[in-house]
Amino acid sequence: MAHAEEQQHPAAAQNQPAAGQQHAAVAGQPHIEGQQHPLGIYFKIWGLLFVLSTASYLVDYFHFQGYLRWTLIVVFMLLKAGLIVAVFMHMLWERLAMVYAILLPPLLLLVLLWIGASEGDYTFFTRGTFFGAAPTASAQHPAAPAQHK
Amino acid sequence: MAQPALTSTGEPLPRLEGMHGIVADWSSDQRAFKNVPWGKAMMWIFLLSDTFIFSSFLISYMTVRMSTTVPWPNPSEVFALTIGGKSIPLILIAIMTFILISSSGTMVLAVNYGYRRDRVKTFIFLLLTAALGATFVGMQAFEWTKLIVEEGVRPWGNPMGAAQFGSSFFMITGFHGTHVSIGVIFLIIVAIKVLRGDLDTQRPGFLTGRKGNYEIVETMGLYWHFVDLVWVFIFAVFYLW
Repeated sequence: MAHAEEQQHPAAAQNQPAAGQQHAAVAGQPHIEGQQHPLGIYFKIWGLLFVLSTASYLVDYFHFQGYLRWTLIVVFMLLKAGLIVAVFMHMLWERLAMVYAILLPPLLLLVLLWIGASEGDYTFFTRGTFFGAAPTASAQHPAAPAQHK
Repeated sequence: MAQPALTSTGEPLPRLEGMHGIVADWSSDQRAFKNVPWGKAMMWIFLLSDTFIFSSFLISYMTVRMSTTVPWPNPSEVFALTIGGKSIPLILIAIMTFILISSSGTMVLAVNYGYRRDRVKTFIFLLLTAALGATFVGMQAFEWTKLIVEEGVRPWGNPMGAAQFGSSFFMITGFHGTHVSIGVIFLIIVAIKVLRGDLDTQRPGFLTGRKGNYEIVETMGLYWHFVDLVWVFIFAVFYLW
């Protein structure tokens, strides 16, 4: 069955061009297979990743603090990750069955993130209570994550 | 025993799109990932498991950092370099980030030229990717040496603050560096296969009887981009926090 599938594939691709195969058809290459896209999009994303990396470096360089720092860092991080997965790893052009199989399970990590955060908070609190005075301002409390110096 | 007759639909079955496509793909015969070679699907599943490993590291680092009452060493200062008499914060890490992104760029070009059957260009870009990866590992080795020898950072403590800094740092960047190193080795192997024409003659690899083809370049690329992807998160939560 899988073999027949293989043979049917080119015909199926012509009948129902998926987004990725449309690209390939535009490129007009003699032997089209797999993920074939114009080079331009890669260079654009490459440039964009450089810009975003520079931006996140500048967040540190200019000593942005508090919520502004965190919003910027997380936004740049997620944008970079999204661009790499979508374009460089070709997720943009895969069938949804695979996209969801790979991208949905990591959402479970949000639970772990939440557990880790509550546990960290609690441990910080108990350490402050049982090992000496209340936590000093110099200690980095999670509520104020950007107190650097 | 009579063999059941093999029948054919005679025409390609329709591939549904959207939600219907997901249900149809998953509920059909043996093969859920329709247009993806097995190696690529397996690489994605491996990367998914690796995602969980790295996420566990990063989340445990977050927990440890949130729970310490001792000030955390400031990464901006710890990873500063003095260039031309001026101390520039985090500059080494920034350069490493740009190198790894560039290696991702060259990797994507290698995949593209591979599918165009351009052996020489594919080889060159694969080798360039490996070289950038090796540069990254080299800079990481430099960073580790500086931290261990000059700053006295150990997994169990350091002179700058919270003891957990060392263990988190060595474990997370060490694991990532190992991934990059393994990637460099495999990039070189794939590059040699490409140049030798193994993928054009469909010569089987040394661990498999399956025929070689240019999809292995894309599968290699997935691994390499993942290494870059992990670095994006390490850069944000370890170095910029």
